[in-house]
Amino acid sequence: MAHDNSYTGQKFQVIGNRFARPDGVDKVTGRARYGADANAPGQLVARVLRSPHAHARIKKIDTSKAEKLSGVKAVITSDDLPDLTGGNRGMTDILENCMARGRALYDGHAVAAVAAIDEQTARKALKLIKVTYQMLPHVTDVDEAMQPEAPVIHDWVFTGGMEPKPTKPSNVANRTEMGHGDVDAGFAAADVIVERSYKTEQTHQGYIEPHACLASVNPDGSAELWVTTQGPFSYRNVCAGLLGLDIAKLKVTASEIGGGFGGKTHVWAEPLALALSRKANRPVKLVMTREEVFRATGPTASTSIDVKIGAKKNGEITAATLDMRYQGGAFPGIWGMLGCMTGFACYDIKNQRSVGWDVIVNRPKVAAYRAPSAPMAAFAVESTMDIVAGEVGMDAVDFRLKNVAREGSQAPYGPIFGPIGIESALQEVKKHPQMKARLKKNQGRGVACGFWFNIGGQTCVDLNIGEDGTVNLAVGTVDVGGARSSLGMIAAEELGISYDDVKVHVADTASLGHNDTTEGSRGTFSSGMAAIFAARDAIEVLKDRAAQMLDVPRDAIVWEKGEARAKGTQYSNLPKLSLREIAAKAARTGGPIAGHNEVTADGAGVAFAAHICDVEVDPETGLTRVLRYTVIQDAGKAIHPDYVEGQFQGAAAQGIGWGLNEEYVYGEDGRLQNPGFLDYRIPVCSDLPFIDTKILEVPNPNHPYGIRGVGEASIVPPLGAIGNAIANATGVRMHHVPMSPVRVLDALDQAEASESQVSAG
Amino acid sequence: MSNAVLVSTTINGDTVEFACPADEVLLDSLRDRVGLTGVKEGCGTGDCGACSVTLDGELVCSCLVLGVEADGRAIGTVEGLTENGDLHPLQQNFIDHAALQCGICTPGFLVAAKALLDRNPNPTETEIRYALAGNLCRCTGYDKIVRAVQASAKDLRKAKKR
Amino acid sequence: MRYESPASTKEAVALLAQEKGSAFVLAGGTDLLVRMKAELIEPDLVVDIKRIPAMTDIRVTEKGFRIGAAVSAAQLGRHKALCKAWPGVVEAANLIGSDQIQGRCTVVGNLCNASPAADSVPALVAAGAKAVIVGRNGRRTVPVEKVITGPGRTSLEKGEVIEALTLPKPASRTGDAYLRFTPRTEMDIAVVGVGISLALERGTVKKARVCLGAVAPTPILVPAAARALIGSKLDDVALARLATACSAACNPIDDKRGTAAYRIRVAGVLARRAATIAFQRAGGKA
Repeated sequence: MAHDNSYTGQKFQVIGNRFARPDGVDKVTGRARYGADANAPGQLVARVLRSPHAHARIKKIDTSKAEKLSGVKAVITSDDLPDLTGGNRGMTDILENCMARGRALYDGHAVAAVAAIDEQTARKALKLIKVTYQMLPHVTDVDEAMQPEAPVIHDWVFTGGMEPKPTKPSNVANRTEMGHGDVDAGFAAADVIVERSYKTEQTHQGYIEPHACLASVNPDGSAELWVTTQGPFSYRNVCAGLLGLDIAKLKVTASEIGGGFGGKTHVWAEPLALALSRKANRPVKLVMTREEVFRATGPTASTSIDVKIGAKKNGEITAATLDMRYQGGAFPGIWGMLGCMTGFACYDIKNQRSVGWDVIVNRPKVAAYRAPSAPMAAFAVESTMDIVAGEVGMDAVDFRLKNVAREGSQAPYGPIFGPIGIESALQEVKKHPQMKARLKKNQGRGVACGFWFNIGGQTCVDLNIGEDGTVNLAVGTVDVGGARSSLGMIAAEELGISYDDVKVHVADTASLGHNDTTEGSRGTFSSGMAAIFAARDAIEVLKDRAAQMLDVPRDAIVWEKGEARAKGTQYSNLPKLSLREIAAKAARTGGPIAGHNEVTADGAGVAFAAHICDVEVDPETGLTRVLRYTVIQDAGKAIHPDYVEGQFQGAAAQGIGWGLNEEYVYGEDGRLQNPGFLDYRIPVCSDLPFIDTKILEVPNPNHPYGIRGVGEASIVPPLGAIGNAIANATGVRMHHVPMSPVRVLDALDQAEASESQVSAG
Repeated sequence: MSNAVLVSTTINGDTVEFACPADEVLLDSLRDRVGLTGVKEGCGTGDCGACSVTLDGELVCSCLVLGVEADGRAIGTVEGLTENGDLHPLQQNFIDHAALQCGICTPGFLVAAKALLDRNPNPTETEIRYALAGNLCRCTGYDKIVRAVQASAKDLRKAKKR
Repeated sequence: MRYESPASTKEAVALLAQEKGSAFVLAGGTDLLVRMKAELIEPDLVVDIKRIPAMTDIRVTEKGFRIGAAVSAAQLGRHKALCKAWPGVVEAANLIGSDQIQGRCTVVGNLCNASPAADSVPALVAAGAKAVIVGRNGRRTVPVEKVITGPGRTSLEKGEVIEALTLPKPASRTGDAYLRFTPRTEMDIAVVGVGISLALERGTVKKARVCLGAVAPTPILVPAAARALIGSKLDDVALARLATACSAACNPIDDKRGTAAYRIRVAGVLARRAATIAFQRAGGKA
């Protein structure tokens, strides 16, 4: 049945309240079961042998000694994973990333794996596997990888998006260009032109739960996979494809997920666990160590970005360009394209061009990380916006407002924006008390904006009403941050019943139709839309049953506030029937009452945020501390405000970590030097202040409740907000993220040196 | 399991025996031998606090304790926080204040926060933040966690007065 | 791997001396177990010293303090007399890791792990701590700065263990302090650490000890830095000389935690700040 997804503007009873989440008790008592918390009879323990080299030919793998070790039940190499992808490049890349095929492409690349009766035996077995490597030249820096003399990592990569097509392979997988207008004319009309270059280092999603799964493959070709994932259906399809299983015969169950942020949207070691289970004919549990998570699962891209912005003296931006180099690890990615889509999206720039390059290096395959590609582009743009504002003599917020994107502005990727919230967010910034708070010596304040486009996609839910009138909602999007509460509230709202009467479950892949991965801030948007439609379906059934019970024509029944009523004066003596009453009679009126919906949820509303950041910089050590932080973001409609705030705060905290301290450090040998939480420095509790939030609600016209995804946009502004705050505290502009103490002190020194040169001159 | 050692210990008030290799860490003993999977492994190197337990009342990372060291000592885990089936005020406040998103760090935070409030019933915000610095959370930005601990401290002080 | 938890130092020494394979002392385990997990070491024998009474308490003696080798940093922090006498030592120990680590880690373990960046060592050296080492041939007492010989290396012989550390009773008008630099507020390894103790006479620095961490292969005692302070009332000139002396004494490397240039620069900055705190604690007035 086709449903109308238009915004209804209805008054809400349930939506907007703050209910306890259904998984809360399990999670505070330790009962919730995550990836590593499942066991199966006779299970084996898997361990993976990984390359210690950045780039090496694998001449030989001798597994004979490991196989002979007592307690070892299976040893696999790429020979056990024949290429069944039929030439699908994306799939062969995934296969090769899961296990090296003749070449180790980065430090941490899987080379072999074992399944044994216990951890000790598995570890011992790994030491008995002898791999003969022939070292190959490597490159880990994005700019170096683009140089003509750089070692070419794949001979099959010819830069896409180029006319004419290159004749020589290179490390540049793709070039993307977006924009509109006449950039040259725009710059010619500018009074002020600022050009700057920036670099950002590689960061990891840093979820606290390492990748973990329990795989069980039977000789009859049926299989089960319990796994921590954002996308059980995608994991199923990919794993089935790589192992030659029928999709329907592989049941994937998403465990509770201990954080993902994009990093659990791609398979990593799951196909290895399945292959080991198939070979050993026993269940296999595979849990990565933290070191493996850092070395071998997808971090985000490091970048190198040039930005150029021209403006008139009155503050109007006349033209802007971005040239962005995204390092995607050892395989091609789509990161340059995402940078192009987002970089200038906060502003109405008539003449703009963004070019993105996807670059291959000897690092782990890059994965999505919360608004992937957007924070780096925004760092470059938002830093430069402040510089241009200074050049034209305008307040940085006023300058942004002068150029802000509004309804009718064209997005960098083409479409015209509908109603959007960045202008109101900036107006809220101006009004916010933080903007008036006094700053002391060495303190500064920065403002920055951020954008994420959000996605919808394929969704399928089931809604079943029990005989007591309570409701099960089965969804296929995993709950990464409280979505079950929001979806339960949506079902309750639509049915007109109490939140307590709805229980939401994340279903396995055998129980629902395909659901796209929980990414792109789509979970509550798309499953919420499907839940509304499924509830509307169920209401139609309820109305049928009520008509039977009241013995009135079907079209006389209306559904209001959770009750069926026969309209018309002739029926005024008939009782109203509650959902509960109708459900109680279901067995005699036609059987179970259910609603179902499958939809490709279109019209994900775009999301904008504006942040305010106050810092203090120690001029003698370069240490930056965040003193006060405010997030203002448009949520469309906040279903459960607590969890909307939680998304804002969590995203901001990740952005602050990225801005100040987090980075992958590679040595000259191409090996990752800091694969642990001690030296990969995510913010700890004492590093952060309370993070104030302000939820704006500019309804998304393409969702019945006006919902926009809220999960990602707020990781975009912090890098720029911190950079601007440091500039205002010290007078020194940072061009390299993270803005760590060493880099800040260095920048302060350089500024002092050039100043003294100027004064000496 | 070669060279297994028999360990007799007290966990959440119950006497428990298990056998483990001498080089096994307490975290693995608790999860794999005793079945207390509320104790989580986030790093295995003492940097994330997800495996926090108390050992003779002292807050520790169970990934940095050998299972055999537990012999004759008393261990407290998240599973022991409820009393007579009632949630501890910290547990209730973590739910009420939305102090968890994914929840993987929650058991460690609860054990660490309880250790803090046991020795300091009225901590300042800064004291809470430093006391919980050994527990990493990647979802919340810590804001609602700190608020939940503040609320719990208040509730516990009130309960004590009664 | 074999695990033993002897009841006396003598037994511990015998176990360690007799072991033919690789033998390690387990105190807090916060370094040892991490190295085992990383498979950097595979011990044949681990000797847990936490059930040895002589190693598990803090004693106030006529000469000062005796801190057992298995005493945790948390225990140090709870010992009021020690906190009053040597606040710099205690604050250095209390900077090691989180509360969870504090519940386990020991200053003797921190010393024996012999990391150039160990937090407690510069403070101990500045305070004039000594290590009581017991082996098969009896016991010897050596200044703490003589224990670490290089990164991960100590002067302990096979079969020797440190039973305790001693700290002198501070003379009147003594103050000590330890500061380290880390990018995060907690859970970090020192990029630079500075321990300083000062003794005053009529408001003037009479004695001083300055020890730097994380700027050389071992923590280093810097006599030139002490000389910069002695005889001064900690005026700006003395502090500037102190900073210069500290920076000059550095012999650091570039690594993932910081550059050599940064360490040299910040060693001077921290030294000035630590000296100011120690001076105030000694009752000095600027």
